[in-house]
Amino acid sequence: MNKPVRHLAVAVLVLFALLLVNVNYVQVIDAEDLRNNPDNTRTLQDSYSRPRGQIVAGDQAIASSRATDDARKYRRVYRNGPLYAPATGYYTLYSATGIERAEDSMLSGDDDRLFVRRVADLLQGREQRGASVALTLNAKAQRAAYQALKGHTGAAVAIDPKTGAILAMATSPSYDPNDLSGHNDRQVSREYRKLAGDDRQPLLNRGLSARYPPGSTFKLVTAAAALSSGDYEPSSKISSPTTYRLPGTGSATMRNFGGEVCGNGREQSLEDALTISCNTAFGKLAVDLGDDAMREQAEKFGFGQTFEVPMVCAKSVYPDSPDAAETALTGIGQFDVAATPLQMAMVSGAIANRGVTMQPYLVSEIKAPDLKQIQRADPQEYDRAVSPQVADQMTQMMKSVVAQGTGTQAQLPDTEVAGKTGTAQHAKNQPPHAWFTGFAPADNPEVAVAVIVEDGGDLGSEATGGAVAAPIARDVMRAVINQ
Amino acid sequence: MLVFATLIGLVAFANVEIVMNGAVPPDLAWYAGGLVLVATITHLFVRFFAKYADPVLLPCVFLLNGLGLVMIHRIDLSTNRGGGTPMQFVWTMLGIALFVAVLWFVRDHRVLSRFTYTAGAAGLLLLALPAVLPDALSEINGAKLWIRLGPLSFQPGEFAKLLVMVFFAGYLVAKRDVLSLAGRRLLFVDLPRAKDLGPVLLAWIISLGVLVFERDLGSSLLFFGIFVGMLYIATERVSWLMIGVLLFVGGAFAAYTFVDRVQMRVDLWLDPFGNKDLLGAGQIIQGLYGFAHGGLTGTGLGQGRPDLIPFAKSDYIFAAFGEELGLAGAMAILVVYLLVVARGMRIALAVRDGFGKLLAAGISLALGLQVFVVVGGVTKLIPLTGLTTPFLSQGGSSLVANWALIALLLRISDAARRPVEEKRPDRPDRKAEAATEVIAT
Repeated sequence: MNKPVRHLAVAVLVLFALLLVNVNYVQVIDAEDLRNNPDNTRTLQDSYSRPRGQIVAGDQAIASSRATDDARKYRRVYRNGPLYAPATGYYTLYSATGIERAEDSMLSGDDDRLFVRRVADLLQGREQRGASVALTLNAKAQRAAYQALKGHTGAAVAIDPKTGAILAMATSPSYDPNDLSGHNDRQVSREYRKLAGDDRQPLLNRGLSARYPPGSTFKLVTAAAALSSGDYEPSSKISSPTTYRLPGTGSATMRNFGGEVCGNGREQSLEDALTISCNTAFGKLAVDLGDDAMREQAEKFGFGQTFEVPMVCAKSVYPDSPDAAETALTGIGQFDVAATPLQMAMVSGAIANRGVTMQPYLVSEIKAPDLKQIQRADPQEYDRAVSPQVADQMTQMMKSVVAQGTGTQAQLPDTEVAGKTGTAQHAKNQPPHAWFTGFAPADNPEVAVAVIVEDGGDLGSEATGGAVAAPIARDVMRAVINQ
Repeated sequence: MLVFATLIGLVAFANVEIVMNGAVPPDLAWYAGGLVLVATITHLFVRFFAKYADPVLLPCVFLLNGLGLVMIHRIDLSTNRGGGTPMQFVWTMLGIALFVAVLWFVRDHRVLSRFTYTAGAAGLLLLALPAVLPDALSEINGAKLWIRLGPLSFQPGEFAKLLVMVFFAGYLVAKRDVLSLAGRRLLFVDLPRAKDLGPVLLAWIISLGVLVFERDLGSSLLFFGIFVGMLYIATERVSWLMIGVLLFVGGAFAAYTFVDRVQMRVDLWLDPFGNKDLLGAGQIIQGLYGFAHGGLTGTGLGQGRPDLIPFAKSDYIFAAFGEELGLAGAMAILVVYLLVVARGMRIALAVRDGFGKLLAAGISLALGLQVFVVVGGVTKLIPLTGLTTPFLSQGGSSLVANWALIALLLRISDAARRPVEEKRPDRPDRKAEAATEVIAT
């Protein structure tokens, strides 16, 4: 009877082999899919049961995990929540935004690059810990931007023109992510519904995700295209009629802001036209340069491109195949051209950086729980927007804007500022958006900034970029330079 | 090895307490003392009353039982529904007591063959009892295989398994010559004679009866598998295996066609995510999530969420281990089971009498099949059936019955490994006929 016993033993062995193989399949091969199943609350629950890494700005933790007494063992706590909300985002059981979402695998410790440390933690009986993410934000600039925007609806973005590092990213109104990170689910969802239903959209990161008509700040792109064509100098005379009849239309005309007359009402230099932001001159200039040259120039500054900083930014758009009249309107930042505040900061940044557009980024460094560096920002060139000569000419013209043109409100004592204002019509019977973009110090730029105040802020229909947005930009630039 | 097994249990227990309650419980010393005492007594008992018995089995079983206790305790803690652990502890003690009793009273396993028909009748009676009883006394969670007396409930099927195996072994040893006679030949298969086919058909019908009346897939599969396996050993004829497989396939197909519950289980097995509305889908899905969550190394004891799985303490305890001990732990547990089964098979090979051989092989096969059916079900290798995981799952009848199985296995192994000179002079070429020899003692 021994032979059949042996056979049965082998059969049982085979059955166990099947079990072992299958357990391997379920726990290793299929595991990833199972874990990613949206129904799998375990993964979410789990992320609450261990400390998440910190988000750091300057030398302060602006988001950290604090132990609690309830079943979800850790609660996310945000320091200066509303100030940093556009960067940190929020983190709830159901969703996350901002850095909390974009760097989730690092913060939670699930990232593959943390695998070895996870094993080490496991062997030492420690719970899994997340990596900490350091941001490029400059605390003073961030605070200055946030303070200056108070009372307005709008955003300010500042970057280091040499690297693309985002120094400030403020939005107004903001919200407090602490309100969404509580463990009382009903309270959190009530709070969320309140914020999501608010007409002023406090949850929107206006610096990266909102697109506006750039208005006259887009004249920087038009001017850059003109200078780059080789046919123009800052001193070149361009036609600047009081009214410009849009080509290809019957009687549609373009007029200047407030119906003003540029120079002598016939022509003026490119530099003068930019200084006083003459619409008719830039409308005609755009038509003369043509749609292709304009588009090419815009794209070199970053229009049409999606940037991940690592949050995914909205794509700024240059309109599709505009006709001549539309090109004229596009040349002064109206019609369908749309830009994020980050994009306009990149335009100034490229000019400040002698023509080189840098990739924007928000994360400077990621450190493992044992403080070893895992990732460090490596500034990348995006494109060469203009030649160094053109950049220098642009800088000269932008200095003129601030020194004696529409942007005098952006002046700083002892520091030369270069900039451009914008007052963008966006809807009938609505006050215009007020824009300012620029950089400082003009000769050795440390910061490039873009500010938008929706609907003219507290000046309403009386608003201009120079009156409303320029002072905010000035505060941000001063904070970076004088730190 | 026993010390090692006990230690693992204790360390795991302390680990759970530290993770879940933040501190080593003050009465850990009592637990430790109690457990060590019980382990020592059991060990010494085996040393004296079955001193040639396989030394590996007891530590393996202690390890499994200890881990089961720890996991049940751990799940009790997180569901705040206590009571599971103390009861399981009592059952463990009862199981060990029965283990000791079996070793004490059954000094020679061959004595059992005298009770072949008594055991068979008792086994079938126990097996059939819940099917006859009204639902109120016998149904829990849709399976009608319990006897409920007030707060207590037990599954007679667990004990029936043991008794039926004794019956099978006794019957087959007595009839093995007849059974291996060739009957007519049909399609290259030697069919046994019709009248000898009777018992196998009877067993098949009973197992299907259990399936239909008690709505229990696992047990019927188990009984049938045990019987066919033992028949194969007794007759050494592959034809029995093939007939068994054919009957099983036929029966399974019929069950799938006519029994809703079976159909549902198969649908759930093929696509649990697509049949979320079916009863039990949540359990399968949560179990799989648990395994996935555990991954390679597990979350650590007390750090997973096995409380999310329905019936994690009983049917799904293996998923709880998969989650908290990871692939490594799950594989280790499977290997311990395999070790038990393999040692059991070795005992069957080594023992000299046919009855012992059949019984040992049957017990080992039963354990192996049971682990395969339940673990296979939990890991979605085969359709899920509600069986207990031997020694791990919460459930008194299963635990106590399995301890008795191990006691028998040890008793047989003691006989198998006893040096020949110590045995009473054995007539060399006489088939070991149990009854007469026992009387001679």
